Amino acid sequence: MKQKMTRGSAMILSALEKEGVEIIFGFPGGAVLPLYNQLYDASIRHLLVRHEQAAVHAADGYARVSGRPGVVFATSGPGATNLVTGIANAYMDSVPLVLITGQVASAFIGTDAFQEADITGITLPVTKHNYLVKNIEDLPTILAEAFYIASTGRRGPVLIDIPKDVFDQEALFSYNKKCDIPGYKPTYEGHAGQISRAVKAIRDARHPVIFGGGGLIRSGASEALRELAEIARIPVILSLMGLGAYPGDGELYLGMPGMHGSVTANYALTEADLIIAAGVRFDDRVTGKLESFANKAKIIHIDIDPAEIGKNVIIDIPIVGDVRLVLEEILKKLRPGNTAKWLKQIESWQKQYPMPLGSNNAENVLKPQFVIRELSRLSGENTILATDVGQHQMWSAQHFIIREPQTFITSGGLGTMGYGFPAAIGAKLAAPDKKVICITGDGSFQMNIQELATAVYNKIDLTIALINNRYLGMVRQWQDIFYEKRYSHTSMEGNPDFVRVAEAYGAKGLRASNEQEATAAIEQAMAEKGPVLIDFSVDPEENVYPMVAPNRPINEIIVRGD
Amino acid sequence: MKHILAVIVENKPGVLTRVSGLFSRRGFNIENIAVGETITPGISRMTITVDGSETLIEQVAKQLHKLINVIKVSNLSNEPSVMRELMLIKVNAATGSRSDIQQIVETFRGKVVDVSPDSMIIEVTGNDEKLEAIKLLLYHFGIKEIVRTGKVALLRGSKITRES
Repeated sequence: MKQKMTRGSAMILSALEKEGVEIIFGFPGGAVLPLYNQLYDASIRHLLVRHEQAAVHAADGYARVSGRPGVVFATSGPGATNLVTGIANAYMDSVPLVLITGQVASAFIGTDAFQEADITGITLPVTKHNYLVKNIEDLPTILAEAFYIASTGRRGPVLIDIPKDVFDQEALFSYNKKCDIPGYKPTYEGHAGQISRAVKAIRDARHPVIFGGGGLIRSGASEALRELAEIARIPVILSLMGLGAYPGDGELYLGMPGMHGSVTANYALTEADLIIAAGVRFDDRVTGKLESFANKAKIIHIDIDPAEIGKNVIIDIPIVGDVRLVLEEILKKLRPGNTAKWLKQIESWQKQYPMPLGSNNAENVLKPQFVIRELSRLSGENTILATDVGQHQMWSAQHFIIREPQTFITSGGLGTMGYGFPAAIGAKLAAPDKKVICITGDGSFQMNIQELATAVYNKIDLTIALINNRYLGMVRQWQDIFYEKRYSHTSMEGNPDFVRVAEAYGAKGLRASNEQEATAAIEQAMAEKGPVLIDFSVDPEENVYPMVAPNRPINEIIVRGD
Repeated sequence: MKHILAVIVENKPGVLTRVSGLFSRRGFNIENIAVGETITPGISRMTITVDGSETLIEQVAKQLHKLINVIKVSNLSNEPSVMRELMLIKVNAATGSRSDIQQIVETFRGKVVDVSPDSMIIEVTGNDEKLEAIKLLLYHFGIKEIVRTGKVALLRGSKITRES
């Protein structure tokens, strides 16, 4: 292998090139000056954001759509600490990222130097792994390991902290993508014996359901899932992270489970005698009260992370492995199933409990559910939806038809307000041929509203659908239901005129406050080159239903509020 | 029940922080921890004592295994093993009480490792029970200070905990 003396910053760009990185999301500063100096002549694209947090979210959106690691550059101290929320967000949702932060020069580390922060210490609990590079000789291996760790096994963010002087030091450089890390050997193939037990359990089940999550999407298991469901005639429930793994308008699709899931999904999980859990982690928002979750069911749990198996729920047939590979093995032995009676029961629940379209509290009020259904109807099939966090996110999960994997981009585990808009920018950059819509709220949008500059300057063609209810709606909903309508600090009085804000940044702004205007605005936005913002002025006190109160059994689901 | 985990780790900077941080943020309690080099260069061994149910220990082991620098985790409590801890005790030892102390130390196969006009330091090795017993016996002489290394353990017989 030929090796030559190379500077640290050149090693980094060379490694990115070898990893096939198309774009870096970043924000410069003192400690990364040498790196940005190197970038000045490089051919790789760099997207300059307006806040480091947006860089991580954008890289995260990019990674979720492309399936490849998102790359972020930021400076030391505040640059690095501004990344933390985005890193935690990616960690919770198992999104591959490689983050490179500058650090104060080696000699200053530990002296409370200007813009010094112990970012490896700070991010220890929210990264899959992290590194502080003390010797330039270690940098090539660390770069290769970072990409390898981020993008294999259960994926996740990896941070590399590099002191300013190390960027300028030289060492021999060769880049070897193949890594041998003694403590890191992910299991991909499922255990054959366990797979046979799973097949037998599927054959014996009378009331089976598939409960799939983000792992299906990360491992590319949609096809295998569809075959499993259709051959064995098993209905499919998808967690928020799993939406798109099976078509939202598919014949066997029951919706999302849990707190704001469909009644049918919750009833089916409660009545099932077999749950095939694939790439899920039994989050509390899904299970409700653990003691009464799926008491009648045997559970098969397939996950690449052994620590997820048995963490929250007792598992009968654990299978550690890549979800796609395991499902494909199961398919080889699968026989057609007959679950007609069970499907009939399910159909009657579906008829009895359709997704509620909103309360009838007033005439001529724009309902958020209507807006989301219109967005779904008018955007067409080739659309990626990114959401922020709160009521609009749940309505999106309920009412927007997600048909394909990697087209629903949302902050699931951490629930990060401010995620959606920058993530939508990243999503568009990963899939320039797809239409991208960001459904956001007036609360969430203001947490990264500054990225309008990034979107406009870079001509990012997307539609921002702002579900504006002048409240932090989800918090207000809980105050409504659990705190006697004492709306403590959830009113968004003081909101700007979002249309004028969009225009001030050079984006197009549209308004809608009734159904006709909403439909017209969406049609116009779909026809135009974005960024376009539509400010939908919706019913301020609409609540998300169905709803399971926290830590209640999921079959005790409140169907609607009025 | 108390479990003793042997955790084989790459001796990389921050590995102890990664391990101990994992315990605190997941709400697991470390009873004690001892760290040292192994016969393989660059590989260290941590012996961690944790109190908890089988299910909890299984989760602890799985979470530890997820750390990139952790190579192997074994629960030594499931198999016959030799467990030892070393304790140093500084005890008041006026001229009149020295021979009494000496006798206790001999009974426990300990050693007097330092003597001053009014105190002694005693070194004693053993399992929990033995260390507690000598502590109790020396108590009425007036224990001034105690330090313990934390437990270390090896499987009995020729079986080993592999280091790679």
